[in-house]
Amino acid sequence: MDIAEDLAKKQKEISIAEFFEKNKQILGFDSPQKALVMAVKEAVDNSLDACEDARILPEIYVTIERVEKDEYKLTVEDNGPGIVRREVPKVFGQFLYGSRFHAVRQTRGQQGIGISAVVLYGQLTTGKPVKIETKIASEDVGYVFEILIDTIKNRANVLREEPAILNKKSGVKIEVNLKAKYVKGKQSVIDYLQNTAIVNPHATIIFNDPDGLKIKYERVWDQPIEPPKETKPHPLGVEIGEIMKIASLTNAKKISTFLTGEFSRISNNLAMEICKISGIDSEKDPKKLTLNEIKALKDAFTKVKILPPSSESLSPIGDTLIKKGLKNVLGELRPSFYSIPVTRNPSVYSGNPFVVEVGLVYGGNIPQDEPVKILRFANRVPLLYQAGSCALTRAVESIDWRKYGLEQRGGQGIPVGPMIILIHIGSTRVPYTSEAKEAIAEIPEIMNELDLALKESARQIRTFLIKKEVKTKLTEKFFLVQKILPKIAEKSSIILQKPVPKLEPVITKIMNVVWIDEKIEQNKGSAKIKVSVSNFTPEKKSFKLYGDISEGKIEVKSIKPFGNYDEKNDYILWEINDLEPLKEINLEFTVYDLKSEYGESVYYIEGINPVYVVGAEPLPGDWNIEALRSIIEEEEEEENGEE
Amino acid sequence: MEKNRYELALESLKDIVKNIYEQMEMGEIPSMELPARNKYNIKLDLKSGVWKYGDSKITRTAKKIDGAYTLLRTMYMMDFIREMVEENKSSTLRELYYISEGWDLAKFHTQDESNKLAEDLEIITKFLREDFKLRPEEDGATVIGNITFEEINRKGNPQRINCRDDVGDAGYAIPYNVEKEKLKIIDYDADFVLAIETGGMFDRLVENGYDEKARSILVHLKGQPARSTRRLLKRLNEELNLPILVFTDGDPWSFRIYASVAYGAIKTAHLSEYLATPTAEFIGITASDIVNYDLPTDKLNDKDIQALNAELTDPRFNTQFWKNEIELMLKLGRKAEQQALAKYGLNYVTDVYLPEKVSELGI
Repeated sequence: MDIAEDLAKKQKEISIAEFFEKNKQILGFDSPQKALVMAVKEAVDNSLDACEDARILPEIYVTIERVEKDEYKLTVEDNGPGIVRREVPKVFGQFLYGSRFHAVRQTRGQQGIGISAVVLYGQLTTGKPVKIETKIASEDVGYVFEILIDTIKNRANVLREEPAILNKKSGVKIEVNLKAKYVKGKQSVIDYLQNTAIVNPHATIIFNDPDGLKIKYERVWDQPIEPPKETKPHPLGVEIGEIMKIASLTNAKKISTFLTGEFSRISNNLAMEICKISGIDSEKDPKKLTLNEIKALKDAFTKVKILPPSSESLSPIGDTLIKKGLKNVLGELRPSFYSIPVTRNPSVYSGNPFVVEVGLVYGGNIPQDEPVKILRFANRVPLLYQAGSCALTRAVESIDWRKYGLEQRGGQGIPVGPMIILIHIGSTRVPYTSEAKEAIAEIPEIMNELDLALKESARQIRTFLIKKEVKTKLTEKFFLVQKILPKIAEKSSIILQKPVPKLEPVITKIMNVVWIDEKIEQNKGSAKIKVSVSNFTPEKKSFKLYGDISEGKIEVKSIKPFGNYDEKNDYILWEINDLEPLKEINLEFTVYDLKSEYGESVYYIEGINPVYVVGAEPLPGDWNIEALRSIIEEEEEEENGEE
Repeated sequence: MEKNRYELALESLKDIVKNIYEQMEMGEIPSMELPARNKYNIKLDLKSGVWKYGDSKITRTAKKIDGAYTLLRTMYMMDFIREMVEENKSSTLRELYYISEGWDLAKFHTQDESNKLAEDLEIITKFLREDFKLRPEEDGATVIGNITFEEINRKGNPQRINCRDDVGDAGYAIPYNVEKEKLKIIDYDADFVLAIETGGMFDRLVENGYDEKARSILVHLKGQPARSTRRLLKRLNEELNLPILVFTDGDPWSFRIYASVAYGAIKTAHLSEYLATPTAEFIGITASDIVNYDLPTDKLNDKDIQALNAELTDPRFNTQFWKNEIELMLKLGRKAEQQALAKYGLNYVTDVYLPEKVSELGI
């Protein structure tokens, strides 16, 4: 036989198994520990995407069992729409099958390489087939499959396919054996599932680990996620290869309808202009475009005015759900502060829309003296690897966190403090640094949005820390007037052999504050709120106090002493008249219709200089940070240098 | 009966307490004023030629937690002094620090804090801490040379000691009280006093017999000199008219040792008149010596550089000589130890370096 032909034949027979072996790194299967995380990730992401499309509230069971020392069986079962029988062999039995290139929207799926890679990995490391159970709602019967991948032909080799009675409405269950290593802690399956639960508070995820540990993340949001709309690709967001592929598959008969039909934001007029600039006949059959003509088209896209892509294809998590997710999963750390999550307006890089979101939690049992933890997400999927080279990490590092009250060596790098930062980027095309899809590239437009979102969140931390500092100073002052001052008076009277002087006027001069303090008694579904208003200034004080609740409803009858209740705006107004120095008034009311523990109320004051008030904010408008500052600065003024 | 100095000091302390008490009685936040003890608040007193505190004051007020703690500690310390005066006892500064363990909120966290507060009281009342029945620990500075003291020993008897013939190699240990009632100068035969920073150099000069060879009295400063050492140097200068020469390492910290001997220390500027010897001369190691004698050196570290820069704004160093020397050292980026002179042999310091330096001064 001819040598060349022999070689050609051999080349053809390079199996996908070999391809897989060579590209293990890129595909994310470089260690047995990582392989297991990848397998869980592919299966869980598919389930969440499928549920989203079908508007089903996801309930996902993940189970890992130890088969042998380094062989595990992974089972992932969902309540999604199921997969129709004829698709099963393609989805699970054909390596790298089924990416949709001609329609764009933000999905989890684009983060991965497909479930078939997991099947192939399992098969190559254990020789065992994958087992699939699937049922769709419109049929009474489900199907059970056992599939191996034919590694020469890259096709499913179906070993078993039979109907089965599956006791559920719809859903998929996959069982795959694979060589793996199960660990806990950083970059583990638990880490992955925990982070997934944070950004998917509408999902219930139950995990059974091989050591008998059972973890359940219960959903805290009972509305299905609205799936993002599919849109056609934006002309500025496509590569030459993609244009070629779209052109080869289009039904359009001429370039002008090809452009208006297959891309977004191209009108008839614009299409004609593009044809003119690129010198291509608008009547030409798109299937007959040459490579040079495609290059000319792409070039022409940049020379005309095209509207930025629509953000309809994006699906930000939103501030409500980020906060719920963080509370649900990180609640056991008892953080003392949750920022109001920031969702930036959608923006665009090279024709691809994207949106950036940031949420922060601070304090509680989060370690004080460790670097801040950064939870990275792209399209609602946790990123666990390559943190150092990721734009999301870099954006955190490039902010001077010292300005916001955190420790940071030299004003750059990861700050140190009891904080966790959640960063999410959603995009129709997330720009990864490599095929492994583990880190986001540092694109200027994205860095800019990240910077703005992080700084907006950081400002909230600063406000919180200043409030906290004011509280600490107040606690110190209480200690001063209650413990230290009386001792000074006592000692001086002993030395001089005189009676102990009266301290009340001194105390009010030192404190010089009206203190509003809230105490909450939690009951089931309701909370009793007690507010003490104490005048620690040397003068009588009169002012208005507004109480604004954070959730639930106010029980009008419970308001004591009776204050004006404004039904429309749901707040209480107390008029405080002539409160004498060193006197205190106690107020109380009940809040009912609570879904969870009552947070804290916000109090506003009117008719008194806010500088003298701790525990309430001036009405109306924003919380007056400058007033707070002036308290702290007044304190510090007196600190003159002493050697 | 006439009041003794302890009773007078106590009276003065009670005035402070009275002031604080009256403020509280009037409904005012109690506070206490004292001179700022930093380099921006020292002034050259032309009459005595030493540096004293200026007019800038700081206020300790009970409005702030730190100020309140200090006022409380002041009260406790004064009450403790009152007890000692009444019971005719005294304590060391170290004992005072340990006694404060029992003072609950008023206890000191370091001995520096209690030492400093005792100094504050000196500044306000213009009495010495010895008048408050507080004394420092012996710090071990020593003298060798042909000078005879008469010290009242612990049995209350006068005892004569010649610092060349009656002492061992370690020399005569300077007691904490060197006032005339405790220590009299009987006789001496010397041309100048050489005050030496390090023990190593002191020992070298003793072994080389420099006291006899150069007709000098050697005083070991033991680093930053204690009050008693500085007071003794001043007495030797004032009463015997002996020039005081200061011989230290060549680094920023040693420059400060010289400054505290000659001009007064920032920390004790209220006592400068009593402790500082304005005519004391610095003979080295200077930055110029590093160049002229080609001495082995070490690199200046960050703290050294910081200290040199601070000295450039320290009024005590505001002379052409010090400006040149400090700037030269910064330019060289190097410092040298006294013992670097051993590069040229053990006798070099006594045979060449010191004779050259001393004759430069015309002694």
